[in-house]
Amino acid sequence: MDVLFNGLVDAVRLLLTGDQDSWSITALTLRVSLTATAIALLVGLPLGATVALARFPGRRLALAAVNTGMGMPPVVVGLFVTVLLWRSGPVGGLGLLYTPTAMIIAQSAIATPIVIALVAAALQQVDPDFRVQMQALGATPIRAFAALLGEARLPLLAAAMAAFGAVVSEVGAAQMVGGNLAGQTRVLTTAAVLATSRGQFSLAIAFGLILLLIAFCVNLSLTLIQQRQTVPR
Amino acid sequence: MRRTLTVVVAWVAAVVLTGCGTTASEPPAQKSLILATTTSTQDSGLLDELLPAFTRDSGWQVKTLAVGSGQAIELGRRGEADVLLVHSPAAETEFVAEGTAGARRLVMHNDFVLVGPKEDPADIKNANAAEALKKIAAAEAVFVSRGDESGTHAKEKGLWPKAGVTPGGSWYQSTGQGMGETLRVASEKAGYTLSDRATYLAQRGTLSLEVLSEGDPGLLNVYHVIEMTKKAGDLVQPDGAKAFADWIVAPPAQRLIGEFGRAKFGQPLFTPDAGKDESTLGQ
Repeated sequence: MDVLFNGLVDAVRLLLTGDQDSWSITALTLRVSLTATAIALLVGLPLGATVALARFPGRRLALAAVNTGMGMPPVVVGLFVTVLLWRSGPVGGLGLLYTPTAMIIAQSAIATPIVIALVAAALQQVDPDFRVQMQALGATPIRAFAALLGEARLPLLAAAMAAFGAVVSEVGAAQMVGGNLAGQTRVLTTAAVLATSRGQFSLAIAFGLILLLIAFCVNLSLTLIQQRQTVPR
Repeated sequence: MRRTLTVVVAWVAAVVLTGCGTTASEPPAQKSLILATTTSTQDSGLLDELLPAFTRDSGWQVKTLAVGSGQAIELGRRGEADVLLVHSPAAETEFVAEGTAGARRLVMHNDFVLVGPKEDPADIKNANAAEALKKIAAAEAVFVSRGDESGTHAKEKGLWPKAGVTPGGSWYQSTGQGMGETLRVASEKAGYTLSDRATYLAQRGTLSLEVLSEGDPGLLNVYHVIEMTKKAGDLVQPDGAKAFADWIVAPPAQRLIGEFGRAKFGQPLFTPDAGKDESTLGQ
């Protein structure tokens, strides 16, 4: 049990003493996972809206596919991206494998289905009359869509949080496409795995606690945004 | 409602800009090579000592993939790595014979040890490797195998026939993981396992395992550096491979290898061997 306590002490020490390695690992974790979440939102929002609101053949199939995508194992995504980025793969010449960019690509692929599925679910539960009303009031389609997003802001921000939570905590893809290179692609999860395999349990726990802390900070800021406007107007 | 949207958009924009900003402020791309090596060189901490010195001396950044020797060789074969530092001699000679690899040079050695619980239920203390394995099998004491086609796993698989045993059954367990994890599993299950000495010594403090059988000439653990060539793939960098291989067999790196671990463990973890005749090792 003292491992847990030492881990807590280590985490505080690493954060307070400004340990260079831990800070750069934490900064890279935030950079990779936030960028991947942002990309997933940019791609997932329009796609999710399309699946939710448009009528096209195969729509239910598409919904089932993105819902399956929510449960896609990061290792599988990682393997797929690795094979694509291999020197012998289709875009091998770019030399992207084992870089933060590769990690962002993989994590975006993990987060996008989550955003699509949750956005689709969020928009579908908005009262269908709402859109009719907007149109009746003479809103342009873009304004109507913006109003719809506003109406569904709670679940939409929940989608952002779910996406961020999924990518910041995954280790399989980060390890595979990033390679856990010290100072280059080492993030909190892969650092924790390495520390464990080296028998440095307190350090591993410390990384875990730092991960929890930054996840909490990100979610806290999102929650504040989410809840600020929910007071009745 | 507009404000919500503005806030969301601002947040997304901020994140995207932060991401781009950080990317842009990175140092300009340096020449970097990919080294595929074994978990033992990483888990023991040797690479942390060597690689910064290599980068300083040569200007090459190194991307290290610490995997089992089997996977390292496969990465070399596919042209995904520029240089290999591995310890699976039989597989290496076969691989070099295929013709895609360049020079293969001796770097260092240490040895494998059979470790197990202090109580030693199969009574293997001071037995040679073959006898020890025979006793473990006879006692059906838990033996934890790497099971990951690593150099250590290859060595272990080579030892069982010498003991006249085909391992199997519930006492023979396979983790499929690196040396550090496998030692941990063996420790928790009070089982035996084969480990390279370096990883064991580096982690001894957190394990309840002791060295029970050692010193058998069959337990030598020899590391070679293998340069890859363009024959393995168009993007292989033979110049980087040569820079690394030349550097690691040169006296300064060999001195670092010989000193590594002396301060912390009271004994060096590896013996530098560059330029020696392999058949004289361990004598």
